[in-house]
Amino acid sequence: MTDTVPRTVGTQELNRLVVRFAGDSGDGMQLTGDRFTSASALFGNDLATLPEFPAEIRAPQGTLAGVSAFQVQVSDHDITTPGDAPNVLVAMNPAALRKELVHLEFGGTIIVNQDAFIERNLTKAGYDSDPLDDGSLDNYTLFKVPMTTITKEVCKDLGVKPRDAERSKNFFALGLLSWLYNRPAQPTLDWISAKFKRQQLIADANTAALKAGMAFGETAELFDFTYEVKPAVLEPGTYTNVNGNTALSWGLVAASQQAKVPLFLGSYPITPASDILHELSQRKNFGVRTLQAEDEIAAVCAALGASFGGHLGITTTSGPGIALKGETIGLAVSLELPLLVINIQRGGPSTGLPTKTESADLMQAMYGRHGESPVPIVAAYSPSQCFFAAIEAARIALKYRTPVILLSDGYLANGSEPWLLPDVSTLPDLTVEFATGPNHTEEDGTEVFWPYLRDPETKARPWAVPGTPGLTHRIGGIEKEDGSGNINYEPDNHGYMVKLREERVAHIANDIPPTMLEGDIDDADLLVLGWGSTWGAITSAVMRAREEGRKVAHAHVTHLNPLPKDLGDIVRRYPKVLVPEMNLGQFCRIIRAEFLVDAQSVAKVEGVPFTAAELHSHINGVLDD
Amino acid sequence: MTDVPTTTKADWTSDQEVRWCPGCGDYSILTAVQMLMPDLDVRREDTVFISGIGCAARFPYYMNTYGMHGIHGRAPALATGLAMARPELHVWVVGGDGDMLSIGGNHLLHSLRRNVNLNILLFNNQIYGLTKGQYSPTSEIGKVTKSTPAGSIDEPFNPISVALGAEASFVARTHDMDRQHMMDMFRRAHDFPGAAFVEVFQNCNVFNDGAFGAITKKDKRASMLIHLEHGKPIRFGENNERGVVINPQGSAEVVDVADVGESALLVHDETRQDPSLAFALSRLSAGPFEPTPIGVYRAVERSEYATEASKQLAMAQEQSGPGDLEALLHSRPTWEVS
Repeated sequence: MTDTVPRTVGTQELNRLVVRFAGDSGDGMQLTGDRFTSASALFGNDLATLPEFPAEIRAPQGTLAGVSAFQVQVSDHDITTPGDAPNVLVAMNPAALRKELVHLEFGGTIIVNQDAFIERNLTKAGYDSDPLDDGSLDNYTLFKVPMTTITKEVCKDLGVKPRDAERSKNFFALGLLSWLYNRPAQPTLDWISAKFKRQQLIADANTAALKAGMAFGETAELFDFTYEVKPAVLEPGTYTNVNGNTALSWGLVAASQQAKVPLFLGSYPITPASDILHELSQRKNFGVRTLQAEDEIAAVCAALGASFGGHLGITTTSGPGIALKGETIGLAVSLELPLLVINIQRGGPSTGLPTKTESADLMQAMYGRHGESPVPIVAAYSPSQCFFAAIEAARIALKYRTPVILLSDGYLANGSEPWLLPDVSTLPDLTVEFATGPNHTEEDGTEVFWPYLRDPETKARPWAVPGTPGLTHRIGGIEKEDGSGNINYEPDNHGYMVKLREERVAHIANDIPPTMLEGDIDDADLLVLGWGSTWGAITSAVMRAREEGRKVAHAHVTHLNPLPKDLGDIVRRYPKVLVPEMNLGQFCRIIRAEFLVDAQSVAKVEGVPFTAAELHSHINGVLDD
Repeated sequence: MTDVPTTTKADWTSDQEVRWCPGCGDYSILTAVQMLMPDLDVRREDTVFISGIGCAARFPYYMNTYGMHGIHGRAPALATGLAMARPELHVWVVGGDGDMLSIGGNHLLHSLRRNVNLNILLFNNQIYGLTKGQYSPTSEIGKVTKSTPAGSIDEPFNPISVALGAEASFVARTHDMDRQHMMDMFRRAHDFPGAAFVEVFQNCNVFNDGAFGAITKKDKRASMLIHLEHGKPIRFGENNERGVVINPQGSAEVVDVADVGESALLVHDETRQDPSLAFALSRLSAGPFEPTPIGVYRAVERSEYATEASKQLAMAQEQSGPGDLEALLHSRPTWEVS
């Protein structure tokens, strides 16, 4: 790949490596991280990622507010988090260094783009003196690399505009890191030529920068070793690297295929859910119809209208959108039609932290409608598991003719991990039976159709779609009589229907899997009880505590309404229960109310996920208490 | 379709007791629709009525078709989803002025803009009926109601102008005192392939009685209602003595035919691409106390939304073949672990 003579540099083996790429919003750090991740995935490492970027598309250049970062952990063994403290920080400018240094492990490696450390940028970042020279980084291993200069130099004969050449410096950084950590370059080279096949000059510049980065590592005599993280020993099979929003979208497509019911998505763009709209808009050959609606309310209404027409109606949004959709979800509760409402949670209240993660919409999902309006809730717990969570939510919606809320969050949505692709033939059969004829005989012998006559087992009403002869009927949000569906305002009837709707949802507990329970199941002194994206950090933290000889179990709840039938026994079985959540204790409150146990909440509402170290320390704290 | 069974008004009438106030204009609209349906050559099961909330919104319960009584203002959105999912259905949307121009104004605008194949009937009675008499977005300025004891101070919407401004391709107006005219307009709406908007002047005899009396009473109609007929000069009056011209400023104006001559009159062209003349006609009357045009203002065919969406699906299947889940899951770089 290069005409320079390779130096003989020793290679050291690492079990795991956490790299954090940081730069200005325009520096292409998400792309760089994503490419490093893909190369590592194809190499066979296990990995987990944490993209973090500002809400502004182009925040003021060079400022702390404009810093965009991407953290990835790669390992030779099964991991569940993007790592606590990075081992390596790549900082493309002073602001990135200043903002991200706090994350770096003590003694960690810093690789900076030296060219960006000029007076103006230092001032913008709030440095009084140049940190590269003032001794403030003495506790770290610092590599100063003139990335911009070298990138411009290698691009100068390519005919690329100087500005475009300069923009390729992220590929220089990627090349250097690829060399340093023995990442294969070919996947990135292939990606560049595919991505920029209509912009040959850009492709050339990026390729040249990548190669220059690798050559720099070999020739600069800065590095004494390169490092290697061997492929992880994972379950055999075919893997792909997937983020939560993609896996979730594919799960929706799978559900539609398994149910043989077309998918209809009504959606309004909102961070961090929009990528599901983008992905499903490309799946027209699967019969997926998408509507970018005029607002959040229209989006869910169109989905519900499509469900009335015999499609699987879906709406995707984030918390602010759910707030707007509440009335329509209530209508769906009353209409008893399938509807999937997907909330990719973000920081709130109000606009809050659009690009940051939080899981504080549980109570909104449980109670965010007027009246007694129960809705089943499913929560995804890892990026790839979003696929199965989507299928499960669709299964409940279709089988029980009810709106279902599926909770994911910004961390799952954008974070990625290797996914052992499932055998499609093992996916559940979700075949739906539509009503085809009358289901009730009047006293005078007339055969009629009653829209609210229920299946005795599922308590679901028939799904009779317009176009079916003999089944014309009217449904609406006004209280109705069970069976006939006729409007009925009588006190007894309302009381009956309210309880019926509650029981309908409660009854689903008979048809959901038992709680996931791991660790010292028989003799734990502490149960860590989680839901949603805390799964990765809890899993790591419990493992560390158990390695120290602590007796800890981990239960993770995927069905938040109704709760699994075994959950009461589980939370009562252990002396102590700790509930970590990215909210102020919403699930903990439900557990205390439902089961009268003294569960303790661990809350973190800072827009970033728990680290395993934080939870480990909480576990030890509770056990030593 | 030739195999559609013959039906009568009774077949399209549900078994539900109609619960509008006695004397409400909604009764005559319901009758017009129920009388029209047997003539439309459609099946009951292929017909769906969708509504929001309000007096008018009870309409679906009284039609022996598929129906959905939704939530306030959202009927056009619910119907858009249904029409996209099932383009072969005949979907009607029924609502009042509060439902469709206030709380649901946004959905009305966008369903018209997209040109979804819906027949949208707006029952305009210029008042909130179900909530017992507050002023509505079509009430005249100065309206004294429970919520505006000193008179309302907001400018009303002109529903025809709103629809035209929202890129509506079919816009018509009728009134509840003329069953045949209603049936004609509803039939035109049904026949139109796209979003068809029909404003119906509807009398609320409890909270706003006689709001349209000055133009719709039998003895007033000839002089106060201007029938728009495609291809004909716009004339009206007891003896057809009045007409409509476009003045040099581009506004529509009522004139005496004797003063200007027949050749000066505006010849109505509902198929005219440019909506500005239709808009000018919608501004002719400042309210139901001046000569007011009824009939089809505009009927300009353009791409229908659900049809276009279906075409994209068909094209995707033609290009990529039917969806293959296995292939989708393997569509990004993969690697093997053995």
